Amino acid sequence: MSAYSITEPSSRAKWTAGILVTLYAVITMVPLLWIVATGFKTPSDAISYPPKVFFEPTVEGYVNVFTTRTRLSPEALAALPPPANFAEEIVRQYDMVIAGPSRFGERFLNSVIIGFGSTFLSIFLGTLAAYAFSRFKIPLKDDLLFFILSTRMMPPIAVAIPIFLMYRQLGLSDTHLGMILLYTAVNISLAVWLLKGFIDEIPREYEEAALIDGYTRFQAFYKVVLPQAATGIASTAIFCLIFAWNEYAFAVLLTSGTAQTAPPFIPTIIGVGGQDWPAVAAGATLFLVPVMVFTILLRKHLLRGITFGAVRK
Amino acid sequence: MTESPITRVARATPEPVSRRVRGLSDRAIAWIFVAPTIFLLLAINIFPLIWTIRLSFTNYRANRLNREVEWVGLRNYERILTDDGIWMNMQATAHFLFWTIVLQVLIGFTLAWLINRKFRGNDLITTIIVLPMMLSPAVVGNFWTFLYQPQIGLVNYVVEFFTGIPANSFSMLGSVTLAPWAIVIVDTWMWTPFVMLICLAGLRSIPDYIYEAAEIDRASKWRQFWTITVPMVLPFLMLAVLFRGIENFKMFDLVVQLTGGGPGNTTLLASIDLKREAFEKWRTGYSSAYAIILFVTVFGLASIYVKALNKVKER
Repeated sequence: MSAYSITEPSSRAKWTAGILVTLYAVITMVPLLWIVATGFKTPSDAISYPPKVFFEPTVEGYVNVFTTRTRLSPEALAALPPPANFAEEIVRQYDMVIAGPSRFGERFLNSVIIGFGSTFLSIFLGTLAAYAFSRFKIPLKDDLLFFILSTRMMPPIAVAIPIFLMYRQLGLSDTHLGMILLYTAVNISLAVWLLKGFIDEIPREYEEAALIDGYTRFQAFYKVVLPQAATGIASTAIFCLIFAWNEYAFAVLLTSGTAQTAPPFIPTIIGVGGQDWPAVAAGATLFLVPVMVFTILLRKHLLRGITFGAVRK
Repeated sequence: MTESPITRVARATPEPVSRRVRGLSDRAIAWIFVAPTIFLLLAINIFPLIWTIRLSFTNYRANRLNREVEWVGLRNYERILTDDGIWMNMQATAHFLFWTIVLQVLIGFTLAWLINRKFRGNDLITTIIVLPMMLSPAVVGNFWTFLYQPQIGLVNYVVEFFTGIPANSFSMLGSVTLAPWAIVIVDTWMWTPFVMLICLAGLRSIPDYIYEAAEIDRASKWRQFWTITVPMVLPFLMLAVLFRGIENFKMFDLVVQLTGGGPGNTTLLASIDLKREAFEKWRTGYSSAYAIILFVTVFGLASIYVKALNKVKER
């Protein structure tokens, strides 16, 4: 601890700042908490006015987001055996039975496959390129790096037209592979820029020592540099994953059936007379929570990630 | 350039020997490592871009494969630049861009300035504030339509609670005057933390001794703020504005979920209009020209801005 510093804010200044910022944090969290809360409401609680802060929680929204249901006549219902599980019990209250699974599970799985697939590929290619840009003399290095960055400036819709045509020709429309390649192409600029920053920070002397010890360049790369860059690679991977997870424009334009991810699907969850808000909220909660967890894990590298490595703390 | 001993030794070694001894040459490795990335970007970014440019001179329609494609020269560009509707969309885009940036800079900077007073728990609260910007804009935007509903929505309830204006008397997303602000509010809610984080990094980069020196010179706090804090944070703030500007110029997911461009065309931002032209009306050639115009605009504006940013940095 240093001695008393004239630049240290007074304790009153700290308190006011703390209170104001906490107030902002509380307000900004309300919509998110409202999503989580709505997921546990019954449809009638969800749309009651004034909005209900206190309510009896139910998993109805979660049951609805994972199932499709059909209405039965009272006679048909009476003839059925008693409900086998809690989900069936909830649905019966509305004179309905579960007809089968909804597409939500499938869409969620697509998000996982495409998210992880494209993250893996971006990191694999990005690490190689970043290492080369960091360590070797490459002609037109700065121009190439800027070119890689500039691909991120393009509005997705601008390239979506020819990609749509190209994918139609190649049979890649609405496939996992097509979406993985596309998201990799979008993410690779971020991966190269971030990873180059992380690799630049690893002293070259380590590799040089390894090379003198008789390692080949390649061995030095994966036995010396990769382990050193592990944290950087992990946080870059999380950024790529979050982007692919959240992406909407390409997903809505290029997928419809088999490879559709969750973001275009969740807003289309409908119930009787419009959107089934508890089900939408339940789906959204399941979809958003992983990202919240990742954000907390990432907090040390957050700034770097969102500015393409332009700002390092 | 200083050379490492390794490169000097490597160069002195005859080529076939070095290859046998050390595997591939550095130059070969460099190309093997960089090539896949460049290839992927050429295939999925540059090739489509060139294709878009080509299509922009035709009357091609992607839903009619059998129709003969004609070269129409610059007609698509001419029609776009003289179309009143498109100028309206540009105005909607400009309104959205301007106000989101103004609000996010003001709120984001203020928050960063407050957090920089290092009160207890500021790290935890920063992480909480950051959450909205990491989430899927489409999913969150969709849920905001629920919050904005006139009869049952939380937003209208809160407005009624504080101002007494009846909740069912206005509709944030349904009214021509309110909808452009409704999208500004959600975008500001989502992206203020972005500006805040970058400003915070700027504030933290100012060394204490500058303030100490100012204090010794008896500069007032107000004066310190304007002559030290603001100029030193400015490059960071400008960087944040650049990122937000590019992102919001391309804005699609959040607003398409919130309003879909309506009511009327009051929130029809350029990318949403482009999507309608390209994938609903299937005017492929026309929308390609539209896309090129947007891309050139954003690229041009960003380049001018980066020049200004570098000047500020040099000072």
